[in-house]
Amino acid sequence: MLKRVTLVLFCILFLVGLSFAQTRLNGAGATFPYPMYSKWFSEYHNAHSDVEINYQSIGSGGGIRQLAAGTVDFGASDMPLNDQQAKQIPQPIFQLPTVLGSVVPAYNVSGVSGEIKFTPEILSGIYLGKITKWNDKAIAAANPGMKLPDRSIIVVHRSDGSGTTFVWTDYLSKISPEWQSQVGANTSVKWPVGLGGKGNEGVAGLVRQMDGSLGYVELIYALQNKITFGPVRNAAGNFVKASLDSTTAAASSAKITGDDFRVSITNAAGREAYPIASFTYLLIPKQWKDSTKKGAMIGFLNWMLDSGQGMVTSLDYAPLPKEIAQRERSVIQQIR
Amino acid sequence: MVAPHNALRKPVSSGDQAESVMRVVAEKPIAVRRSFADRFADAGFRWLITLCALSVLAIVGFFVYELIVNSQPSLKEFGWHFFVGQDWDPVSGEFGALPFIYGTLVSSFLALLIAVPLSLGVAIYVTEMAPGWVRTPISFLMELLAAIPSVIYGLWAIFVLAPILRVYVGPALAKSLGWTGFFSGPVYGIGMLAAGVILSIMIVPIIASITRDVMAAIPQTQREAVLALGATRWEMVRIAVLRNARTGIIGAIILGLGRALGETMAVTMVIGNRPDITKSLFAPAYTMASVIANEFTEATGTLYASAIVEVGLALFLVTLIVNALAQMLVWMTTRGMPSRAHGQ
Repeated sequence: MLKRVTLVLFCILFLVGLSFAQTRLNGAGATFPYPMYSKWFSEYHNAHSDVEINYQSIGSGGGIRQLAAGTVDFGASDMPLNDQQAKQIPQPIFQLPTVLGSVVPAYNVSGVSGEIKFTPEILSGIYLGKITKWNDKAIAAANPGMKLPDRSIIVVHRSDGSGTTFVWTDYLSKISPEWQSQVGANTSVKWPVGLGGKGNEGVAGLVRQMDGSLGYVELIYALQNKITFGPVRNAAGNFVKASLDSTTAAASSAKITGDDFRVSITNAAGREAYPIASFTYLLIPKQWKDSTKKGAMIGFLNWMLDSGQGMVTSLDYAPLPKEIAQRERSVIQQIR
Repeated sequence: MVAPHNALRKPVSSGDQAESVMRVVAEKPIAVRRSFADRFADAGFRWLITLCALSVLAIVGFFVYELIVNSQPSLKEFGWHFFVGQDWDPVSGEFGALPFIYGTLVSSFLALLIAVPLSLGVAIYVTEMAPGWVRTPISFLMELLAAIPSVIYGLWAIFVLAPILRVYVGPALAKSLGWTGFFSGPVYGIGMLAAGVILSIMIVPIIASITRDVMAAIPQTQREAVLALGATRWEMVRIAVLRNARTGIIGAIILGLGRALGETMAVTMVIGNRPDITKSLFAPAYTMASVIANEFTEATGTLYASAIVEVGLALFLVTLIVNALAQMLVWMTTRGMPSRAHGQ
């Protein structure tokens, strides 16, 4: 008996010792990039067994709060923090883009052949409650020759606060002054019309069930669940359907100055750019007390920009444009 | 017990003597020497039990303290207007909780409206009428229903209940009862009605199984007595069973109400999540628990986060008030009419 207890104790001590030999980084935040992050962290651990990165997808807001409280080493957010929000976190941070996502208008209108195309005016009109029927003039004008039913539009939006909603409302704010002044952009807003579904699956569930509904979901979710979505007219006047390429194209036109990556890429210029896209960010403190942790973090970030970006498309995320990855590398060197 | 007995048996000659006899008898147990460990164990146990009881107070106190501290920014900004305001706009920083309070109360009330008669029916059937071979499976299934996680109820509600409400129940209600104003407007299938129905399904097992236990505890003789007086079976149930079990039944309803007030997941999946106060039950609504679950994780900014904590405070207060009212109801219905059956 005693022998067994000693053995167990030794095993525990051994395991504890093993984990001490490792550098462990803790992060928390956004749920949208979670599948990507969790793959990255496990692949990085396979390649560098001395570094282990834990990530909890508790939501951007939660990640920011945890980082402010100092309980995690880094945070993650789908929405770039403005100066006022960044002040909540005691230490100065870099906001580094990791991957790109886009949001698509998903619809369910039975009896319509072909894809319904959307213009900025149609989307803002529907979400403001001004366009209420599928055979509205604006929709008919954008879809010449399509037989549109005289059916009410059921508007669906996310009920939970999410980066997806931020991207969608950020886009609507840019293209419609009325939306900008009445509603604005945030992770959750005061919707003029519509039903709220919880999560991508909630919105998709409602859209799928109700004939005549229009909602918005992440591109990844739409691709993986084969949800019907339409192309959107971009700033250059082309109808572009969301894809990994058109999402990356939106980011290429982003104008980034210095080490500030907080740039909105909705309604981006560029002929091929899909207009409803966004970066998702890691929030990394500029200064670290623990030099081994700092080393591990920098090592991961460089790896993420290099081989990490190669894994992105396999999970249906859009990779960063090369120029932005290059710029990030120089910013990472400033971490002290 | 011993002392007065002895004192009575002995003819009392004088008051003094009787007192001394009593004292001797009373002091007897003290003569038994108790070890230090024994005494320590008694005192220790007493403290331990007291501590257990006090921990409930401490937990609730801590809870309220945390809610109040963390909702300070919002309390300062809006004051009591928070509880009557109807705006919920995270972008402009306007927060009012009335639509959520309304949604919670109405959906729970709706759930009770459906669940109470149904559960009473189930309980009466199981205890009074069902043959033995039906009783066990029904009771078993009822308890199984209580164990299903709420997210499963929510999914079922989205994919099965909502389409049924949209296609069959909604239009029928609009046609027959549309004039009341409770069933007007477009029928999405998702909305206050769906939330009320799914909540009622979730609380039926709780109310029904407790009610069944309370009814089963009523002595058989009560029933026989009422039947012997020439009562029909329904009169027997009414006079002997329901009347005696009413305290327990109200207790069961309060437990069910508690679950309905706090239920989050299933409700948020079907209520439509729209902070509006509308008369029509077809319209989407929002509850306090749902808005906390939906928005807390992504609430950036101090005021926004504290407003959500204050919704938690509001939920706490509403639960407290509703429970107090229910206790009053129990007190009023039992006053002057002692109930004979004691449920657990």
